[in-house]
Amino acid sequence: MRHLSGTIILALGTLLAVLAAAFAADSLFRIHAIILALTLGIATIVMLRKVQVSGGKEVDRSGYMDEPVRIGVILTVFWGIVGFLQGVLIATQLAWPEWNIEPWFNFGRMRPLHTSAVIFAFGGTALLTTSFYVVQRTCRARLWGGDGLAWFVFWGYQLFIVMAATGYLLGITQGREYAEPEWYVDIWLTIVWVAYLVLFLGTLVKRKEKHIYVANWFYLAFIVTIAMLHVVNNLAVPVSLLGVKSYSMFSGVQDAMTQWWYGHNAVGFFLTAGFLGMMYYFMPKQANRPVYSYRLSIVHFWSLIFLYIWAGPHHLHYTALPDWTQTLGMAFSVMLWMPSWGGMINGLMTLSGAWDKIRTDPIIRMMVMAVAFYGMSTFEGPVMSIKYVNSLSHYTDWTIGHVHSGALGWVGMITFGAIYFLVPRLWGRKQLYSLRMVNWHFWLATLGIVIYAASLWVAGITQGLMWKEYDDQGFLVYSFAESVSALHPYYVLRMIAGLLYLTGALIMAWNVYKTIRGDVRSEKPMAASAMQPAE
Amino acid sequence: MGFLDKHKALEKNVSLLLVGSLLVVSVGGIVEIAPLFYFQNTIEKVEGMRPYTPLELAGRNIYIREGCYTCHSQMIRPFRDEVERYGQYSLAAESMYDYPFQWGSKRTGPDLARIGGRYSNEWQVQHLTDPRSVVPESIMPSYGFLSKTKLEYENMGAHLKANERFNRVPYTVQQIENAVADVVAQATPDADISGLEERYTYDGRFNVPLGDFDGNPEEITEMDALVAYLQMLGTLVDFSTYVPEDNYR
Amino acid sequence: MSEKKEIDEISGTETTGHEWDGIKELNTPLPRWWLWIFYGTVIWAIGYMIAMPSIPLINGAYKGVLGFSSRANVVSDIEAAKAAQSEFITKIKETEVADIVADEELARFARAGGESAFKVNCSQCHGSGAQGSYGYPNLNDDEWIWGGTIDDIYNIITNGARYDANEDTLISEMPAFGADELLEPDEIKAVANYVASISGGEADSALAKNGAEIYADNCAACHGDSGEGVAVLGGPPLNNAIWLYEGGVDAITEQINQPKHGVMPAWNDKLDDVTIKQLAVYVYSLGGGQ
Ligand code: HEC
Ligand code: HEC
Ligand code: HEC
Ligand code: HEM
Ligand code: HEM
Ligand SMILES: [Ca+2]
Ligand SMILES: [Ca+2]
Ligand SMILES: [Cu+2]
Repeated sequence: MRHLSGTIILALGTLLAVLAAAFAADSLFRIHAIILALTLGIATIVMLRKVQVSGGKEVDRSGYMDEPVRIGVILTVFWGIVGFLQGVLIATQLAWPEWNIEPWFNFGRMRPLHTSAVIFAFGGTALLTTSFYVVQRTCRARLWGGDGLAWFVFWGYQLFIVMAATGYLLGITQGREYAEPEWYVDIWLTIVWVAYLVLFLGTLVKRKEKHIYVANWFYLAFIVTIAMLHVVNNLAVPVSLLGVKSYSMFSGVQDAMTQWWYGHNAVGFFLTAGFLGMMYYFMPKQANRPVYSYRLSIVHFWSLIFLYIWAGPHHLHYTALPDWTQTLGMAFSVMLWMPSWGGMINGLMTLSGAWDKIRTDPIIRMMVMAVAFYGMSTFEGPVMSIKYVNSLSHYTDWTIGHVHSGALGWVGMITFGAIYFLVPRLWGRKQLYSLRMVNWHFWLATLGIVIYAASLWVAGITQGLMWKEYDDQGFLVYSFAESVSALHPYYVLRMIAGLLYLTGALIMAWNVYKTIRGDVRSEKPMAASAMQPAE
Repeated sequence: MGFLDKHKALEKNVSLLLVGSLLVVSVGGIVEIAPLFYFQNTIEKVEGMRPYTPLELAGRNIYIREGCYTCHSQMIRPFRDEVERYGQYSLAAESMYDYPFQWGSKRTGPDLARIGGRYSNEWQVQHLTDPRSVVPESIMPSYGFLSKTKLEYENMGAHLKANERFNRVPYTVQQIENAVADVVAQATPDADISGLEERYTYDGRFNVPLGDFDGNPEEITEMDALVAYLQMLGTLVDFSTYVPEDNYR
Repeated sequence: MSEKKEIDEISGTETTGHEWDGIKELNTPLPRWWLWIFYGTVIWAIGYMIAMPSIPLINGAYKGVLGFSSRANVVSDIEAAKAAQSEFITKIKETEVADIVADEELARFARAGGESAFKVNCSQCHGSGAQGSYGYPNLNDDEWIWGGTIDDIYNIITNGARYDANEDTLISEMPAFGADELLEPDEIKAVANYVASISGGEADSALAKNGAEIYADNCAACHGDSGEGVAVLGGPPLNNAIWLYEGGVDAITEQINQPKHGVMPAWNDKLDDVTIKQLAVYVYSLGGGQ
């Protein structure tokens, strides 16, 4: 009776969505419910064709469950490209505002689409996918909960992405950065996330290794903390149970603190702890070296997760948030520097004894660059948390530069490394289609990041200084509009940087596609050792 | 090596690891957030703050829907240059009815915390419709469709009610019941505003922008609502009765 | 437990003896520099929290030994800046706006301050170079709707024009001759052509001739007998091809049908009097002034 219950649930979901559309309290809810009904309806039809009511071959459930991992790798590449393209589009809109197409494709709606596409679609799918892979191997156990739970988590999360993304373009948003989806999408994510937690815990429980590997500490901390943050930050009162709009539970200063407690730790636990989990598996595997220091793992893990939570107020320096809270935010951000670097040291030093691989293996090079950018942005972060520095950097493009050295450099590059590691193994290929193309990807991405960060540092500092510039008689020198036109060249550069980064990702997509097909590119070997089969 | 041996317990027990992590990540938030709710001085005592009128609330929802906060802050920091550029630094009290807050995190455009009354309705409409026609350097998108979109306001009572739930915003029964009438009264030129005035007079001040905002008195559009919202931003608090020294915190 | 501790050959460090999917861990001690910097930041943070307002207590937060307050700081910053300018500022306070212009040194200061305030508050309507745009007067030319003496300028900046929230705002409302049916469409056509003609624009001369009388009856009161404008009534000159809302018969017809009634905000509720005086001096210097 394979797929039967899943199909019935999907069909029921479709029916409910149709009913919601019929009785919607506002027009946006109706459109959104129709989109939901279409998505679920298509899924139902796909499933119907797979249903086997009786007989059929029983699937082998003794090995690892890698089917969602395979689909997840492909979707990660897909969402990455969508998110980067979206980034290039909004970068273009800031350079040339004619690229706004009202109402659906205006910057204000497209920007959350970009941030969610890269963080939640690209990053989230990468985390889900790699955590499935890593937890099974480091526990020597198949995913807990039967196949149904894993599929529910996996597709449930994709459904969340679709609902969130279509909502933004329609104008359905709570206006909370990185938590924009409205209440009903939030509730759905909560259900999926709790299932994810249960799945992950269950797999840990049935592990065949005595100790839990450090990668799983980080994945677990990521899942648990995101659950806590998501639930509290999204508390809201809906206007109607069949309408899109809700009003948050808290207001003003308390709401701001709650939001940045969430927002900063979305960085800390989604973009940092989760990806550290990824690093702790793929880096030693690819380098084929032991992790540098177990003790450092322990100390930096606990100090990192304890200190991160406190740092939120550095997003609210000099606002109407009381001074005492800002002091705490700054103090804890500075203390966070070394715990963050603990991860960098453990990553980099894992290569000790294998440094030559940086030269010969472009995948290792990708991972090393990721860790280097992680180190850089976690140094820049504490610096920007210093109130004096923040008084200049806050509200400017400096913040955006910082974001992207972390996002493109760390999150992006470590994910690319993991993808290159995974693809040949998941599809049973001896090697990647082309290592030279990995090398190209590496250089395009690196160049893109460097240009992005450099141009936005200049832009941000220019902007910050222009706003504060006084002449010698003590009068403000610039109008706001003058600062806007001064940034144009940097916005153009940033757009070009994004194009480079996107091109790299497209090359990756081709490489992944060809590898899956089992092709091998005839090319001059990168270096002798790189010709060795990947496993 | 003592403490490392103890750590082995956590490494071998999922429940311990889970509970341990959860405890460790809970502390910071509790210490930083909870006191903001019970410290008396978190929100300054001011005169003139009032909840949004239904028209303004509808406008605010459009502001959120369009993602204006992705480019505009509503939080003037206590610096000389910001005070000279934008006006008196923002108080916590000024966003006490903001569910959610809209302080923003990026100034691609200028701060809007005190935009109210700085420009005329005509300017606002013209700027929103075609920003570069008034400010050639602007990179702001245009929002001309707002003038062509009728405001959905039949449901504003429910919106006020949702704000009022759990005693968050002190909307009165009258305010909730008359929400639709109040939208019409505020956005119609020469309308009878006596009801609106009675319901939205706070601390002896009736401080509500009135009339047609979008240049089309025949219709109440989304543009009317958005401009009504912009025109009241930062104008509520009566700073003549505010004592800054009492509110250093 | 499979404690198979071994010595890693390359680094010479002992492993912890665990292995997951082929991954082992070295038991390297914490890097010293790392640990010391970490301690350093912790000690610094404790010191900083003692110095600054930080720990939440029962009814409020611990205030810190330095007595820091960002709100107190901005007050003293602004006071210090004002103190540096105090000589000029007191003088401007005490001087009538018209007399500031006479004092060369004071005027130079006021112009600089006015230019700065103009960029911040006025350029959005009147343009970065005060060149104006559709509906917003150019302040560089010497044509003035409400008069170009420095007192006139000072007055309109202080109180605005058609700015309802100000009691002393300048008000002058051109009737909506078309919309309110005060004139017939063909009369409007005629007078529009007349107005176009007196400014040297393209116009049908026959219609313009008919319009002259209509103009005298309906418009001259505000715009002057020959279209030279009446500043006290805020009636803009119509004879000089400088337009607030574009010239040309069509645009003029539109204005006669339904005048725009542009609003200039009052600034006395947003800016202090010294700044407004400086603005007046600056604007006056732009247009040559009367
Ligand atoms: C792409 C970024 C962007 C978005 C999105 C955006 N703006 Fe702007 N906005 C700007 C820029 C840049 C300026 C400064 C130049 C100008 O005046 O147009 C500005 C100026 C303004 C001003 C004038 C402020 C002043 O003091 O001069 C107002 C009012 C305003 N925007 C309102 C809005 C509203 C309302 C929305 C949403 C419906 C919005 N903006 C969306 C970029 C943006
Ligand atoms: C909302 C847009 C707006 C802003 C902001 C604005 N003005 Fe104006 N201003 C106008 C309009 C519209 C008029 C024409 C009024 C009329 O038609 O009677 C005007 C008229 C004037 C005049 C009279 C011109 C004449 O020909 O008599 C002066 C002087 C002036 N503005 C100066 C300023 C200064 C100085 C500032 C900044 C402190 C400023 N304006 C800000 C819209 C604006
Ligand atoms: C009560 C006074 C008054 C009367 C009568 C009056 N106007 Fe005006 N007119 C004004 C004012 C004030 C303005 C500036 C208008 C504005 O901002 O809408 C103006 C503006 C104009 C303009 C636009 C000027 C420009 O620079 O773009 C034209 C054209 C004009 N009037 C024509 C006429 C004609 C033709 C008549 C008679 C049929 C007339 N006016 C009668 C007060 C008057
Ligand atoms: C092709 C690559 C990319 C380009 C061109 C790009 C471009 C942009 C642009 C133009 C903005 C808006 C900045 C502003 O408002 O001024 C932005 C914001 C943002 N992007 Fe990207 N982006 C890219 C990739 C990524 C990736 C991979 C991530 C995360 C993994 C990311 C995360 C973010 C975040 C979090 C913000 C919001 C920053 C803030 O609010 O401070 N971006 N990006
Ligand atoms: C020790 C580590 C870090 C610290 C202390 C830190 C600190 C900061 C500070 C001070 C800001 C500016 C806030 C403002 O002025 O508005 C900021 C913004 C941001 N940082 Fe970091 N950062 C760290 C690491 C990272 C990493 C590794 C990433 C990404 C992978 C990242 C992503 C972001 C994002 C997305 C924002 C923008 C938030 C917003 O305004 O929307 N940070 N960070
Ligand atoms: Ca949400
Ligand atoms: Ca209207
Ligand atoms: Cu942060």
